Amino acid sequence: MPPDATAPGPVEPEGRARSVTLSIWRGDARGGEFHDYTVTAIEGEVVLDVVHRIQAELAPDLAVRWNCKAGKCGSCSAEIDGKPRLMCMTRMSTLDTTEPITVSPMRAFPVTRDLVTDVSFNFAVAKKIPPFAPGPRAADGNHRMSQFDVDRAQEFHKCIECFLCQDVCHVIRDHEENKPSYAGPRFFVRLAALEMHPLDTVDRRDLIRRELGIGLCNITKCCTEVCPESIHITDNAIIPLKERVVDAAYDPVAWLGRRILRRPRPTPAATAAASSPAARTGEVIVVEAAPRSES
Amino acid sequence: MAGHESHSVDVLVIGAGGAGLRAAIEAAALGATTAVVCKSLLGKAHTVMAEGGVAAALGNVWPEDNWKVHFRDTMRGGKMLNNWRMAQLHAQEAPDRVLELEDWGALFDRTPDGRILQRDFGGHRFARLAHVGDRTGLEMLRTLQNRAVAADIEVFMECKILRLLADPSGAVCGALGLWRGSGKFVVFCAKAVILATGGIGKAWKFTSNSWESTGDGHALALWAGADLIDMECVQFHPTGMIWPASARGLLVTEGVRGDGGVLKNRDGERFMFSYIPEYYAKETADTIEEADRWYDDKTFRRPPELLPRDEVARAINAEVKAGRGSPHGGVYLDIASRRSPEYIRRRLPSMYKQFKELADVDITTQAMEIGPTCHYMMGGVAVDPETQASTVRGLFAAGEVAGGMHGANRLGGNSLSDLLVFGRRAGIGAVEYARGLSHTPTPDPAAVEAGAADALGFFDHDGGENPYTLHHELQEAMQSLVGIIRTAPELARALELLDEFDGRARLVGVDGHRQFNPAWHLALDLESMLAVARATTLAAIARRESRGGHTRDDFPLADPEHFAKVNMVVRLANGAAEVSERPVAALPDELAALLGEGP
Repeated sequence: MPPDATAPGPVEPEGRARSVTLSIWRGDARGGEFHDYTVTAIEGEVVLDVVHRIQAELAPDLAVRWNCKAGKCGSCSAEIDGKPRLMCMTRMSTLDTTEPITVSPMRAFPVTRDLVTDVSFNFAVAKKIPPFAPGPRAADGNHRMSQFDVDRAQEFHKCIECFLCQDVCHVIRDHEENKPSYAGPRFFVRLAALEMHPLDTVDRRDLIRRELGIGLCNITKCCTEVCPESIHITDNAIIPLKERVVDAAYDPVAWLGRRILRRPRPTPAATAAASSPAARTGEVIVVEAAPRSES
Repeated sequence: MAGHESHSVDVLVIGAGGAGLRAAIEAAALGATTAVVCKSLLGKAHTVMAEGGVAAALGNVWPEDNWKVHFRDTMRGGKMLNNWRMAQLHAQEAPDRVLELEDWGALFDRTPDGRILQRDFGGHRFARLAHVGDRTGLEMLRTLQNRAVAADIEVFMECKILRLLADPSGAVCGALGLWRGSGKFVVFCAKAVILATGGIGKAWKFTSNSWESTGDGHALALWAGADLIDMECVQFHPTGMIWPASARGLLVTEGVRGDGGVLKNRDGERFMFSYIPEYYAKETADTIEEADRWYDDKTFRRPPELLPRDEVARAINAEVKAGRGSPHGGVYLDIASRRSPEYIRRRLPSMYKQFKELADVDITTQAMEIGPTCHYMMGGVAVDPETQASTVRGLFAAGEVAGGMHGANRLGGNSLSDLLVFGRRAGIGAVEYARGLSHTPTPDPAAVEAGAADALGFFDHDGGENPYTLHHELQEAMQSLVGIIRTAPELARALELLDEFDGRARLVGVDGHRQFNPAWHLALDLESMLAVARATTLAAIARRESRGGHTRDDFPLADPEHFAKVNMVVRLANGAAEVSERPVAALPDELAALLGEGP
C-alpha cells in the first residue's frame, strides 16, 4: 500500500521517541512565569514540534505565532535557553535536554500573550522609509543590471523579518525610550538594500542619520550572530551605511558649501536623539575603507 | 454595528499574500479607499514560501518563447479543463506584471546581458521562470508589501474573517472579523470584497502549506452562496521532504529538476522513463542521452523528470507502491551527481540550508529523499475571467482561492504569475463595481450578532471535543481517502467521516479566555477546512474519470466524451453542499489551433 492509501487510524511516528521538558514562559502584559511541560519528542523534531505537542496534549490555549515551519517566514521567533532563535529551525538534538529547555518571548517587544509579542514597532519604522524609486527603463522596456551589481542588495533581500536582530540589539532591547529615534538592524538592512539597489534614485542619508539613528549602533555584531539567514548585517549593511552617512554629513567640501549657501542646521529629532541615554557612548563613526568579511 | 469596532472602505481585500496585496495596490491606485485584512502579520503569507519562480514568456533566454506557447503549455498542463480566457489573459499579461515588479524594487537574477534570467520548470517548453535563486516568493511578497505600505493602504493584521456580510438584496458588502490578539469582534463595511485567502492544504496530513491555508475564502464564498468549481483538482507536488517525520511535506522546489536534478528509485534507476504518458510522448525524451542534452539545446525533447506535476507525483506513488522506494517511503532526488557543489549552492541556497539544518543531508554530495505533498488547490471560486467577479454580487476572488485558471493541474511557476495578473484584475473589477453602485450597501446587523454568537459558542462546551484531535483525524482521513489516488468506496467512506466530524466540530470545547487562544482559532478554522473537505470529496465522487490532479483508481483513464467537457460545480442548496456539472467554455478556433490534440 502506498503511504496515502492506508486506512485512517493511529500512525506510528517514525523515529525514536524520548521524554523532554520545556519550561515555557506564560503570561501577558501584566506579568507571568515559567511553566514546565513534559512531553514526548521524536527524533528529528524541532522546538516548534514539541511546542505544538504541548498545545495538543497539555495546554490548548498556549499562544505561539508560527506560519511556514520551514524557516522562510520568520514568525516563530523566541528565546530558547536565552538565545534568540526561530523555533522551527532549532532541532531538539542540538539542545541539552538533561535540564528543562526554557522558551520565552522576545524581550525587546511587549508581550501580548505567552510567546506572542507586539511587534508593531517594526511596522511603524517601515512606514518611515521613503520607498524605492527607479530610474527609467531602457528603450527596449527592460531595466539592465548586471548580476554582480544585484548580488549586494540580494543579500539583504533574503531577510525574513523574524525581528531577532531587533530583539538582540542592545540599543532597544532594554531601552524602550530609544525606539522613537532608532530603526534597528532589520531596517538598516532594508535601507542598505535601497541604497545599494542599482536602480534606486532616492537619497535617504540624512534621514538615516537624523531620524533613524544609525549613529546609535556601536557595531557589537549581536544582530549578525542571530540572523537565521546569515546576512552580514553589521559588515555589509550597517558599516557601509555609516560610511555613506558620514561622507554626506562630514565631507569638508560639502560642509563649506552648506555654510556658504546657509542650509538649515540639524533638526529637533536629531538633537533629541543625541541627548538620549544610549547616545552617551557617542556616535560611532567608522572610517574603514572597506567592510571586512565575517568568518 | 452596535457595540463592535467597525471600519468602512470602498474595497476590502481578505488575505495579504501576493494576490491580495496586488489587488489592494491596484484598487488604491485607482483612488478607492482600500483595506487589507489578514490572519497573520503582514509579510508572512504563504506566497513567501514559493521557491522556484514566476512564469512569464519574457523571451529573455529563448527568444522563440511567446504568450501563445505559454498558453498552450498551461492548457495542456491543465488537461484542457482550464477556463481558456483566463489562461489566455494570464499568458498575455504575465510579462508586464513581472517587469512592473522591477519598477517596484524586485531584484531578479540576471542574464549575461543584464535582463531577467529565466529557468526551466516542468511542463514549460522553454526556460520561462523569472526567479531569485530559490526564494522567488519572498522577493515578490516583500516587493508588494513595501509597495502597499508606501501607498498607505491600511492593513488589519492577525484578524480572522468569520463570515461575509450581505445587504438585504444579497450583495456582499462587508465581513465580520475576529482580532486574534484581543478576541474582540470587528465589522468591515465595504462596497466590494475581494477574497485572496490562498489554499486548503491544512486539511491534509502531509502538506507544504502553512497554518493559514485552511480554505477560509473557499468556505466564506460557499456560505455566501457563490459557486466553487474544480474542487476535486488538488495538486500533490511530487517533491516534498519525507524525512525526518517532523519535516514531512516541506516543499522541495521543482527548480532542483529544472536545474538538472533527476529522480531515482532504490536501485538507482531513472524510473521516469517508464512513466511517459502517450499525451506527452511527442515532446518527452525517451533516452537518457537525449534528456541530458535538452538543458542546453531545446531542439531535443524534455526530460521526463520535467513532466507536469500530476504525472510525476503519480509515478513516484507507483514506484513506492511497487517496492522500489527509499527507506522512508519516497524516492531519491539527485542533483549532487549531476551539478557542481558551487552551482547547487548558488542556484538552490535555501534547499541546501533546509536539508542541511533539518535533515543533516548535504545536497551537494547526497541525494534527497522525497515524496508527494499536498500543495495547491486548482479549484476555487468560479469567477468572470475579465473582472474576477464571483457568482455573488460584490464578491471577487483572485489567486489560489479562485478557480478556472489552472484546470485540472497547475504548472509550476504559474501561481506566482496568476496572482499578479488576476490580483490586478480583481482590483480593477472591484473598483468598477463599487463605482457603479447607486448607494452604499449596509450589512445585516442580525448576521453580525449571529456570527459572533456562533464563534463564542465554543467557550460554552465544557469538556467538549479537543480541536487538535479533531483536526488530526480530519487530516488523516483526507490524506488516506481523498489523496493522490481515489476510489468510490474510499470517497464514500470519507463522506461518512465528514458527517461525523461536522457533528463533533459543533461540540468542540475551548478553555481559557479570548486573548490569542490558538485552540479557539483552530476551532474556527476547522469550520472552513470541513467545508472545503466536503466540497472536494463531493466533486471527486462526481468526476468518474482521471484527469490532472484527480486520479480515480476505478476510472483510470480520461473520458473525452463527457467529463472532458464539464466542470464540477459545488454550491449550497438549502444549507447543504451539492455538486452539479457545468459545460467547459468552448475554445475559439484560433486558440484551439495552438494546442494540438486533447486528452
